Amino acid sequence: MVARARRGLSALALERRRAAWLFLLPMVVALLLVAGWPLARTIWLSFTDARLDDLAPPAFVGLLNYAFLAEDPEWWGAVRNTLVFAIVSVAIETVLGIVIALALDARMRGRGLMRAAMLVPWAIPTVVSAQMWGWMLHDQVGVVNEALLGLGLIAEPLAFTADPDLALWAVVAVDVWKTTPFMALLTLAALQLLPGELYEAAEIDGLGPVGRFFRITLPLIRPALMVAIIFRTLDALRVFDLMYVLTGGSAATASMSVYARRHLVEFQDVGYGSAAATGLFLVIAAATVLLVTLGRVRLGAGEPGR
Amino acid sequence: MSARRLRRLVGRAAFALLLAAIALYTLFPFYWAVVSSLKAGSALFTVEAFPARPAWDNYAAVFRDGPFARNILNSVVVAGSVVAISLALAVTAAFALGRVVFRGRGLMLSAILAVSMFPQVAVLAGLFELIRALGLYNSLGGLVLSYLIFTLPFTTWVLTTFMREMPLELEEAAVIDGATPWIVLTRIFLPLMGPAMVTTALLAFIAAWNEFLFALTFTLTDEMRTVPVAIALISGSSSFELPWGRIMAASVIVTVPLIALALVFQRRIVAGLTAGAVKG
Repeated sequence: MVARARRGLSALALERRRAAWLFLLPMVVALLLVAGWPLARTIWLSFTDARLDDLAPPAFVGLLNYAFLAEDPEWWGAVRNTLVFAIVSVAIETVLGIVIALALDARMRGRGLMRAAMLVPWAIPTVVSAQMWGWMLHDQVGVVNEALLGLGLIAEPLAFTADPDLALWAVVAVDVWKTTPFMALLTLAALQLLPGELYEAAEIDGLGPVGRFFRITLPLIRPALMVAIIFRTLDALRVFDLMYVLTGGSAATASMSVYARRHLVEFQDVGYGSAAATGLFLVIAAATVLLVTLGRVRLGAGEPGR
Repeated sequence: MSARRLRRLVGRAAFALLLAAIALYTLFPFYWAVVSSLKAGSALFTVEAFPARPAWDNYAAVFRDGPFARNILNSVVVAGSVVAISLALAVTAAFALGRVVFRGRGLMLSAILAVSMFPQVAVLAGLFELIRALGLYNSLGGLVLSYLIFTLPFTTWVLTTFMREMPLELEEAAVIDGATPWIVLTRIFLPLMGPAMVTTALLAFIAAWNEFLFALTFTLTDEMRTVPVAIALISGSSSFELPWGRIMAASVIVTVPLIALALVFQRRIVAGLTAGAVKG
């Protein structure tokens, strides 16, 4: 009786598994078409002399494109810009996001309104935020220059987006404004899952607010925070819109994405641009492995119906 | 006793100040865009916190000087189609990934997450080739196809998280009654997944609406552009002075619906964002 029931169950489980693969099939085929195939082609093209304006079949040139890439100081400038941008923006966003989340976690009137305000920068398209900030940071009539002049902090207007020493920081500032709310909302969600008893115990133990944060809150929200940091870092490493719109992709701010697209589309050099794109892909893959290992994040799947 | 009350008062004032600073920081840039868009001519170059006589010239100019209405329609069509296709493909996949234990499931989930983290530039050359081969260059179809690369993994991932949270008892009775997985999905889960689907659709729609790199690369003419590309490429009569008033007006036009959506669906969006990330 027991044996029969078990056999019946396994037949059922088998049918479920077959159905599962059938259910997955359309999505997997679509992803292979729009992601797998183009990625493979890009990697292949990076070993060729393919050009956008030349329809003749490209010739295999081995690692030539990569050799040129390694010798181009502009590429290494783009690598540096991208890494500086990603590390600085994500660091500021994380700290600022935690501060905002802690402030919004307090029980108070108007919390819903504040949370709604957080969604405004998040919902604004990146291109639009770049334009809005481009206008605010205008070198002659921008409101930021007016404010700084009025406060006596600067003697003459600054060319935030044109000055090579300032442009990358202007890009960082816009990214921080646009994505800090994302960090704050995710951190807030993690904070609200924490049981209140923990803090009562801490109060009895005589921990101050700072000690409470570093000894209790931070360790408990660390897993959620790490996932948010990983998402943001990988997103920051592929940045394109901000530099393209705010600074016209000038050499002082060009990211790896900007560099790769310029060679691929504007200079029509598909082979070389693909090599740069593959370089970016490898950097992101390395960053993912590094972050997942360092953060000890488990990106697995739980059981159904937890 | 009074020193303590004073300290509490100062603390509360500091906290209120912090909240005000946060609100100012997040809201001022958009407020400034609205104000600037309502200033015509040389009024634009005055730092005036509120225009005494709002002028709508910039808004009229946005629609007069380019196919901006067409650009908005393009964005709606592209984002709407890609979300519909993604949801249809993702919902069955999410059932398989969220409700069935099978070998290779963890690997599949990791692969989907990896694709959603793809740098778009890494597929640009291959996609360009594919889109040209399919005759979809400079067409909305090409954009719908290319946008699947980020909406499909995203919708699958978020719907999987929502599916996994449904109680096990839900399907047990149906399975014992001999219902096939297809019946279980369509008759039991789909009716309950409504809110989750709305959340996921909304987030994917916003992502598709905001996309820039593919739209810039795979379209050529003004008529085929989506809103972000149109706004990025607005230029004035001279290359030295950008028509900032018009740029701000266009920015406000495309942002207001998004902010309205975000505010109406506030709770769901936060739930969706956390389902996508925190529980990953």
